[in-house]
Amino acid sequence: MNDNKAKFGIGSGGSGSDKPGARASREIRIETKVLIKGVEDIVEARQKGRALAQELGFSMTQSTLVATAISELARNIVLYAKQGEIILAKVTNDTHRGIIITAADKGPGIANIQHALMSGYSSSGGLGLGLPGVRQMVDEFDIKSRPGEGTQVTALMWL
Amino acid sequence: MEIPILKQRDYLIASVQSVLTDEDLTNLRDRLVQQVGRFRSQGVILDVTGMDVMDSFAVRTLRDLAHMIRLRGATTVIVGIQPEVAFAMIQLGLRLKDVPTALDLEEGLAYLDRNKGKRTLPNHE
Repeated sequence: MNDNKAKFGIGSGGSGSDKPGARASREIRIETKVLIKGVEDIVEARQKGRALAQELGFSMTQSTLVATAISELARNIVLYAKQGEIILAKVTNDTHRGIIITAADKGPGIANIQHALMSGYSSSGGLGLGLPGVRQMVDEFDIKSRPGEGTQVTALMWL
Repeated sequence: MEIPILKQRDYLIASVQSVLTDEDLTNLRDRLVQQVGRFRSQGVILDVTGMDVMDSFAVRTLRDLAHMIRLRGATTVIVGIQPEVAFAMIQLGLRLKDVPTALDLEEGLAYLDRNKGKRTLPNHE
């Protein structure tokens, strides 16, 4: 399954990691993809994320953080793009293991990413805490979006 | 999956024992708001022990539920928030604000008994 393996680093503009060497070369292996078409798929995505986190050795508390982050990102897909995908991957470098959550859709995209990352801003009448909340609780965070083409949010949590 | 709502004395008790979808939660909210009137209940205890995750949607829905029930003249108390769920809520910046909480069902009942007829919480923001 070589095609599941890739070497790359997520986002250069993320919130940064306090783990030394975290930006050294990484091996990323995609474990699961969950198609998100409706609210019931949110539950499936976060349960698979929790299971993967536990398999990697994350504590109950950390696994709940992973599941909560997935829930927020998957719900954004349902709310804004109608459908998309949650991709769960294991990441390892020389010293650490972690999990990468990618939420990808081909929805309308986000016109103003800075705005969407501000606390209190939401165009769906939500709490506006989804994206900024996820960003502050993960080790690395990246968002790519183009209006009319879709959005890809990547979040990494080290064990 | 429909969450059963039990009637005990002047109170309604709903206990979440499994993972909920968004629809299950809004459905529960709507049924509780209706049944408070049907049974002339003074209080509602919502036991969320079984909720695996409390994300922004769940927190907002629980706050709405408590405020709607307040408007119907009864008090809601949320019980059973697990330690790791509480941790994740704080990490995400999610707050239940003025919605009363208690450790478990027993403490929830004690809270409602203490505040019976007081029409106290939740206060206006």
